[in-house]
Amino acid sequence: MKAFSNLLSDLILTSSRNRKLSLLEQYFSSTPDPDRGYALAALTGSLNFKNIKSSFFKELIKEKQDEHLFDLSYDYVGDLAETISLLWDQEKGGNMPRLSSLFENLKKAKTDELKNYIINILNISTADQRWAFIKLFTGSLRIGVSSRLVKQALANYGNVGLEEIEKIWHGLHFPYINLFYWLENKGCKPKISIYDIFHPMMLAHPLVMEKDLVAANPKDFVAEYKWDGIRVQVVSHGEGCRLYSRTGDEVSKSFPEIIKTIRGNFVLDGELLAGINNEPKTFNDLQQRLNKKTPSEKFIKTNPCFIKVYDVLFFNGDDLRDKTLIERKKVLNSYFRTNRSPMFLSETIEFKDWRFLDKIRDISDKQIHEGVMIKSVSSPYIAGRPRGKWFKWKRNPKNVDAIIMYAQRGHGKRSSFYSDYTFGVFNKEKELVPIGKAYSGFTYEELNRLDKFVRSKTINRFGPVREVEKTLVVEIAFDEMSLSKRHKSGIALRFPRFKRIRWDKPTNEVETLEQIRKSFLE
Amino acid sequence: MISIDNKLYIRDIDTYIDPFFPVERAIITHGHADHARAGHKHVLCTPETSEIMKIRYGEKCASSFQTIKYGHSVKIGKISVTFYPAAHILGSAQVLLETAKHRIVVTGDYKTILDRHLDPFEVVPCDLLITEATFGLPIFKFNKPEMEIDRLLDNISKNRENTFLIGAYSLGKAQRIIWLLREAGFSDDIFVHGSMDKLCDFYQSKGIKLGTLRKATLDNKKDFKGKIIVAPPSALKDRWSRRFENITRCYASGWMQVKQRAKQSQIEIPLVISDHSDWNELTNTIKQTGAENVWITHGREDALKYWCEKNGIQAEPLSLQHRDETSEL
Repeated sequence: MKAFSNLLSDLILTSSRNRKLSLLEQYFSSTPDPDRGYALAALTGSLNFKNIKSSFFKELIKEKQDEHLFDLSYDYVGDLAETISLLWDQEKGGNMPRLSSLFENLKKAKTDELKNYIINILNISTADQRWAFIKLFTGSLRIGVSSRLVKQALANYGNVGLEEIEKIWHGLHFPYINLFYWLENKGCKPKISIYDIFHPMMLAHPLVMEKDLVAANPKDFVAEYKWDGIRVQVVSHGEGCRLYSRTGDEVSKSFPEIIKTIRGNFVLDGELLAGINNEPKTFNDLQQRLNKKTPSEKFIKTNPCFIKVYDVLFFNGDDLRDKTLIERKKVLNSYFRTNRSPMFLSETIEFKDWRFLDKIRDISDKQIHEGVMIKSVSSPYIAGRPRGKWFKWKRNPKNVDAIIMYAQRGHGKRSSFYSDYTFGVFNKEKELVPIGKAYSGFTYEELNRLDKFVRSKTINRFGPVREVEKTLVVEIAFDEMSLSKRHKSGIALRFPRFKRIRWDKPTNEVETLEQIRKSFLE
Repeated sequence: MISIDNKLYIRDIDTYIDPFFPVERAIITHGHADHARAGHKHVLCTPETSEIMKIRYGEKCASSFQTIKYGHSVKIGKISVTFYPAAHILGSAQVLLETAKHRIVVTGDYKTILDRHLDPFEVVPCDLLITEATFGLPIFKFNKPEMEIDRLLDNISKNRENTFLIGAYSLGKAQRIIWLLREAGFSDDIFVHGSMDKLCDFYQSKGIKLGTLRKATLDNKKDFKGKIIVAPPSALKDRWSRRFENITRCYASGWMQVKQRAKQSQIEIPLVISDHSDWNELTNTIKQTGAENVWITHGREDALKYWCEKNGIQAEPLSLQHRDETSEL
């Protein structure tokens, strides 16, 4: 545990990517099995404890520390593991057990023993060790290390390509003994059945026309609608079908009617949408469905879903990922000649020049979409976000002016800064009502200035929330406005973010709720 | 009763303590810029603080200085003023305002742990304690500074190719770090930023041994591998620091207790060394003075106020302007 907590401490304080990679490689080479496998699972977010969640630690610390003082501390630090590790007093010297035995002991411990076991662990460890230990249970580590970076370190360590690791990753099992054997040339590459696992998806870069495509020939690209649903991977074979989300989480249980109907031997890539007969409804409609983890039959009937398919990774046992997009599209075309609901072929858009697509992406009367996708015809299917292959060209965002009302401190990297803002506009009764919350879109310098604004203009405090003087106007960009019963304003914004801060604009020039409803909803 | 208001203005003797704007009469607790300003008429402080103010602001930064040593008093009208060591920086003082019936202590910035290059902090019993609360949250519990220095030295010995740039406030913190390094046996030359060499000389002239210090200029030396450079925190991100290669950024401050804070400032070696009191020092001091009333000048006042009230002590935050949480950075 000492080595692991040192690794986390070093990683969080290192900004250089190369230095992070070398820290990880050093750790993998100097730590024995199975401990390094446990660490790998923790670093990639695949270590799960069923019985212990962050609430468990919150309860523990509240037995030792005044609740209000804990709240103030947590608000200040912005990281639960760190707050608790600092508030806990070390009682006696000792050593925290190795990562693997720690994990096994926790698994073996009966529910009534668990608490005392953990208290003892915390009592004998240093603040850094407590921090690393608690981080294992509180979700994302927030140390500035992505799963991809960890896999890159593995690739460097074994002198293999990152894609090789990505391709087998989801079929590997903790504590990854066979993976390390392979990387150290002590064993062969782990064999994984393609139908047992999620295959990391190929992602698109946001398009910057001037930079990316101005000089490119439109003939070398395919255009599709960018559907406003959730990305899914359909993995189907003789024994059934599974659905995975973009992050590799299995979501089959939420869509029983879909997986029941799909037959075949393939891995497809597409978009899950609300609606029937290949007619998509809005993301809001899909959201209703996503809210239910295991929907009833009746609910499914009233909230049907389907999939628009735009790519294929495997077909009847053939790995098509190294083929070009055009070849993969041919396979899809022929498949969809005979196969229908609940999967449909995502249509391609005929176009001659970029200007035409530019117009299409802003029109949404016939098709509900959020822009267009532009994909190189020669692109193989590469996991991750390769440069220059796929682009997303979203609709131009809509903008609205609003007034900052409340602020809250951020977490992780932005802990201690007031970085989460609630903003609102005036309604008919001249009352300011919140219309949304935004956390992004400002630069670091602007954040500093916003933070100062909040601190000096606070008029009220509700726990961690500060109410501020209603004097600052911000221009908010958002993707979509919809009606909402949950909010007092009656509207909800999709993906609101700061566009500009209008330090100079008087609040009486901000459009009213009625005016913005008129312009965006009617 | 002595009459003092929330701007630390003592009406009976028409005197401010640590005013941020020029006044007729000021008592100055210590030489940091958020406490000691230039332009007052009459200043009362310790001899060291007056010297520091003259070094920083020039001989004429006040029309007249009156100095008293720790433990000595002056009588102004019916109020007697006594200075006690605050162990924050050289010359830092707590101010006792006293009449036959009423005792007020203004701590200024202070720490209570023993720091052998300064006079030790003394608890001064009083009715009203006016305290700082820079680190007034229970997450702030500082280890012995020697442990932090050892960690740094260990890191230096393992990475001789790197240049170790330590951010430390020019007055007090920088000299304390250098002194701690010397105490730990580090005898190599230490390089300092141009803004702090006068203050280092001043510390040396008071018998605090800082060893051989050299200016961190490229004319002076081309190769800073394995060397320590001490500079004010602002210089860490400044163009100034770009002249050195392979920099490992270190920062000596109580703020470094929080990893996310260290990460935000891109610090690779945080040195949790503070010249302020941590939570236990603050709460112990409040208890030991026996004060029935506590005013909190600046810092994390919410938590300390809450603690006071829970322990039956009246507490009030003053939220003094210009001393916000970044004042130490």
